[in-house]
Amino acid sequence: MQRLQKPLVFALCLGPFLWLLGRFLTNNLSVNPIEDITLTTGIWALRFLVLTLAVTPIRRLTGWNKIIQYRRMLGLFAFFYASLHFLTYLVLDQYFDFDAIFADVAKRRFITVGFIAFLSMVPLAITSTKGWIRRLGKRWQVLHRLVYLSAVCGAVHYLWKVKVIAGSPVRYAVAIGVLLAFRLVWRLRSSRGVRRQPAEA
Amino acid sequence: MLIKTAPIAPASEITDERLYLRRREFIRVMGRAAAVVAAGSLIPGCSAEPIGADAVGEEGLLASPQTPIPAFKPKVVTTDEKLNTFEEITSYNNFYEFGTGKNDPQQYAGKLKTTPWKVKVDGHCSKPADYDLGDLIRPADLEERIYRLRCVEAWSMVIPWVGVPLASIIKRAEPTSKATFVELTTLQRPSEMPGQQDAILDWPYTEGLRMDEAMHPLTIMAVGLYGKTLMNQNGAPLRLVVPWKYGFKSIKSVVRIRFVDRQPKTAWNVSNPSEYGFFSNVNPEVDHPRWTQASERRIGEFRRRKTLMFNGYADQVASLYAGMDLKRYY
Repeated sequence: MQRLQKPLVFALCLGPFLWLLGRFLTNNLSVNPIEDITLTTGIWALRFLVLTLAVTPIRRLTGWNKIIQYRRMLGLFAFFYASLHFLTYLVLDQYFDFDAIFADVAKRRFITVGFIAFLSMVPLAITSTKGWIRRLGKRWQVLHRLVYLSAVCGAVHYLWKVKVIAGSPVRYAVAIGVLLAFRLVWRLRSSRGVRRQPAEA
Repeated sequence: MLIKTAPIAPASEITDERLYLRRREFIRVMGRAAAVVAAGSLIPGCSAEPIGADAVGEEGLLASPQTPIPAFKPKVVTTDEKLNTFEEITSYNNFYEFGTGKNDPQQYAGKLKTTPWKVKVDGHCSKPADYDLGDLIRPADLEERIYRLRCVEAWSMVIPWVGVPLASIIKRAEPTSKATFVELTTLQRPSEMPGQQDAILDWPYTEGLRMDEAMHPLTIMAVGLYGKTLMNQNGAPLRLVVPWKYGFKSIKSVVRIRFVDRQPKTAWNVSNPSEYGFFSNVNPEVDHPRWTQASERRIGEFRRRKTLMFNGYADQVASLYAGMDLKRYY
């Protein structure tokens, strides 16, 4: 049972992708399938960022330490969906029109922040292996605080994308804000008072 | 663009679909009828007939969705581009009164009751009036107009509307010289329009046109699509269509047409003035602050296509804006 847990979580994380693929193959997307794919992959990238950021607070609040073993997988799935999201934009939406893409990334703040969110996840995905964790030592934790930037940029990207700021993009921004607030509070507390515990990423 | 006049289309013989789409109302009416019949059996001489007649009355014909429109001049304005399918036009809509998702209108608009439908025509005119929809739209004026629709979100469709020139409605009201703008208002009925229960926009949705834009022969009040009355998600029973402007100018489910002497407030301009102007003419050279307007995706196509100035209607409408700085008056 214990051994089955990780593959099970992996399969669950892959679920949204398989569901999307199924809808694509059976022609069950909306009449604007590219928009559908863009939106679905983007939302799931954000959801996995939220889940990844929730691991540490959940662990500290509930003492459920074993949850930490899923953090890397959740983070990599965030990167997986963000990559699909970016590829959808690059291939399906713009069809490799690099002039338009460069102009978009430079000129449009909502695309700029989205691009930053994606780029900032690349080094995290690369250094997620055991070898890199060993090689980087303490610097690994510092580097992986970049995920805060990815999450904030991801949330802002969604807020700036919609025509009216309401509903779903606000909920994601609030969730990410709350999860980051936990870290801030802990940081302030540990720097003011007891310095026995090392700061945690 | 082709402009031609053709004979009146033959009356359609399909009636069962209408009944199908109004099946719930039908059941309700039949239920009431049954009650009346039951009562009638007690009171001799009383019959259930008036209720049935009311449900398919002349006014009801235009106001209920998916009813075949008996006669209209086909293809008064058309294009050689491929039409979008009925499925595409009715499942992918921006109609925030029913939610912000593209499929929300199809899912939730069925609740809206469009019979009876009143339209107030007032403001600076000599003949203000409260019309029943059937009296406002004269059958002889009905024309098919196949127009491109370009959404501000950079997607587009080709849609076969049926409607009447807005000019014909305006002329009947005899606007005075003070009437320099026309303001249109959407129905506000949160109980049937769930999106209005949230302050997404400043309800009711309002739109406006300069008088010359409103009088332009391309500007129509649509009542139908593909030869049948509009589905609720497309703005039934009466909506504006201004094909050279971004889609949000073409206000849906209109209950009021008012002649005013100053530029009316418009819903999206109130919501976000730096992004949505009063004119909102389709213009590939003036980008939306957050995305490009130089290209668009035609629903049903894979590659983006270039957006045309005034959505391809420049020959007909560019003169309305001669000398205007279109970057400033976006």
